[in-house]
Amino acid sequence: MSSEDFINIKCLGYRYGDHTALDDFNLSIGKGEIFGFLGPNGSGKTTLFRIMATLLPIQKGKITVDGYSLNETPNEVRKRIGVVFQSPSLDGKLTVRENLIHQGHLYGFRGEKLKSRIAELIQQFQIEERLGDLVENLSGGLKRRVEIAKGLLHRPEILLLDEPSTGLDPAVRLQLWKLLADLNRSEETTILVTSHILEEMENCDILAILDRGKRVALDSPERLKNQVGGEVLTIETSEPLRLAENLQNKFQLGLFQDGNELRIETREGVLLMQKIHESFSDQLSTIRLSKPTLGDVFLKLTGHNFGSVS
Amino acid sequence: MNFLLPTFTLWQREMVRFFRQKNRIIGALATPLVFWVLIGSGMGKSFRPPGDETTSALSYMYPGIMVMIILFTAIFATISVIEDRREGFLQSVLSSPAPRESIVFGKILGGSSIALVQALVFLVFAPLAGFTITLTSFIPLLVVLFLLGFGLTGLGFVMAWQMDSTQGFHAIMNLFLMPMWLLSGSFFPVSGAPAWLQFVMMANPLTYGLRALRRVLESGSVGFFNSTMDLGFTFLFSVLIFILGLWVVRKRTVIS
Repeated sequence: MSSEDFINIKCLGYRYGDHTALDDFNLSIGKGEIFGFLGPNGSGKTTLFRIMATLLPIQKGKITVDGYSLNETPNEVRKRIGVVFQSPSLDGKLTVRENLIHQGHLYGFRGEKLKSRIAELIQQFQIEERLGDLVENLSGGLKRRVEIAKGLLHRPEILLLDEPSTGLDPAVRLQLWKLLADLNRSEETTILVTSHILEEMENCDILAILDRGKRVALDSPERLKNQVGGEVLTIETSEPLRLAENLQNKFQLGLFQDGNELRIETREGVLLMQKIHESFSDQLSTIRLSKPTLGDVFLKLTGHNFGSVS
Repeated sequence: MNFLLPTFTLWQREMVRFFRQKNRIIGALATPLVFWVLIGSGMGKSFRPPGDETTSALSYMYPGIMVMIILFTAIFATISVIEDRREGFLQSVLSSPAPRESIVFGKILGGSSIALVQALVFLVFAPLAGFTITLTSFIPLLVVLFLLGFGLTGLGFVMAWQMDSTQGFHAIMNLFLMPMWLLSGSFFPVSGAPAWLQFVMMANPLTYGLRALRRVLESGSVGFFNSTMDLGFTFLFSVLIFILGLWVVRKRTVIS
């Protein structure tokens, strides 16, 4: 087993009745990577997360983690992964300390060993002062910190996080990603994270982009963005169809239309922006030029806008 | 993987949560108590169990009300499973390497311990129903109450595990669990019912637990050994429901 094959997903398929959530999904994840699963709601990433967390049975295909088969030896896999759920798995009626103690007991930690591990974690996550507080009285950001501390208690080699930024304000979100980066550096923890928030996924080493149960891209965020040529012109207009036709006739452009928005990939952005403005200024509401984002990558790969899928 | 430690921790969690939520203590005790006082007193002289002209309604209903307290406690303790599994504490329990046996056992043990505590609180009213609890009848009483609690919590667990919403559980409670209680001999004796109903009552596992409880309350420790068959059935039911619990947990981890 090479380190590239630390986690291996082969021909994974999952269906809810008639609906296909994952379709012939293949992936290899290396040890020590920060790996992101990016996709809109309904892309299959939550299903994938649940299967990886051993909460959904494998219907089709095979997953191995550190050489252990998730199909046949789920308990070996469970010992190696720490899971951070989107909706907190903390018991609000218990204190932070009690939550951590229960978690330890579930993984066979007890006595001095558990005590010293909890002491380490509360220092690392700066939750010493809240140890005796009921979890239901903590803020969202603090709860998420405790949740992650809980997931890491048994020193898993892999940390699995489902939409960890949901409900967090931008400042707390930054803190969270710093924490994950530190963890990845100091303990070489492999981090698998799902998200539908484009900006934060720039922090990943490798990204798999999911759409309708399929993997549509796999690369570093930088290289993915380089696939989109040069720059992106975004035009907002009240007459998207007419303007699109006009632009195509005049400049022979390839463009994407989504609602009232037109997007054009171009290598000569400033020049083109000027030309469009000269010819069609009456049809433009706004026009702006930007570096490609992961949203542009998604649009280019799937033909539909990231936000418009649900 | 160790079985005892996860079982203990899950049991402990149930107990701590219970004692922190005062409304639950009252919720499971108050309703049956009101039922008992109102119906028991109201029936007064209009109710006489067949073949026994001396027992008052208050006294006849006492063991049944105790079972009702256990039933309500079991429902309260297991209804949380429905939401807990999809978005709550149970998620992390299920993704941990804790043996599935200890997940089921810890939960049911927790629920039955709480039920036992509630039933013991109700025991202070025993003299009002004409029962005297002696030192020798206390231990058999604990055994019967615990077995009843285990079976009913297990039943609640098995049902809750298969549900997607708490509304569904309420429907089950009204359509299945309450009739099950009603037809256990708690409200009227088996002997006075029509034949078809007698058949249903004899098929009801709760009938045996209730009969054992009634006998221990009425005749103390000596009667305890006379209820070997009733106790045996109740024990068997607890074992079967535990196995069923294990089976549903293995079959279905989250909502799919």
